[in-house]
Amino acid sequence: MTKSELIEALARRQTHLAFADVELAVKSVVEQMSQALSQGERIEVRGFGSFALHFRPPRMGRNPKTGDSVALPGKHVPHFKPGKELRERVNLRLEEAATG
Amino acid sequence: MALTKADMAERLFLDVGLNKREAKEFVDACFEVVREALERGEQVKLSGFGNFDLREKNQRPGRNPKTGEEIPISARRVVTFRPGQKLKVRVEGYAGPRE
Repeated sequence: MTKSELIEALARRQTHLAFADVELAVKSVVEQMSQALSQGERIEVRGFGSFALHFRPPRMGRNPKTGDSVALPGKHVPHFKPGKELRERVNLRLEEAATG
Repeated sequence: MALTKADMAERLFLDVGLNKREAKEFVDACFEVVREALERGEQVKLSGFGNFDLREKNQRPGRNPKTGEEIPISARRVVTFRPGQKLKVRVEGYAGPRE
């Protein structure tokens, strides 16, 4: 499912909203999430999961072409931890297949 | 401080002009549609943000950390998130506490 398919699915579901509003709203939600993370803010959505930043310490890397050592500075990377409901729902069919 | 569904709904009310009830329902529906896709085994790709992928894990040996008892961890399907290039670049620049 892509962002435009998500927009279409929501437009079918929220029929009282104009398509253009659904489009704007999805873009707003995604942008709010990106912005929160880029400011170091966590995201917490009960039943879906949480996003936070993890720090990767500075390290020596290598230029794969020349073999030269290069100092790579520390950086933050986004990390997602699925929530309980999402974990359980995603795993459900597999469990059903195993037991049923 | 963390961004929550209530914060997202508030912005939809202020910026997009949905009323408060619509905004709250919309945010709920948004995460529900993504969950349903993942539940069906479908990958979700949000350009500019990242991809939610599914991985099938085989059964592997595990241990109860309290009792030390060996118990197998059953085969399962899990969700992983791969941030997109755009999000990675935005987040790399964050110079806050190193956690």
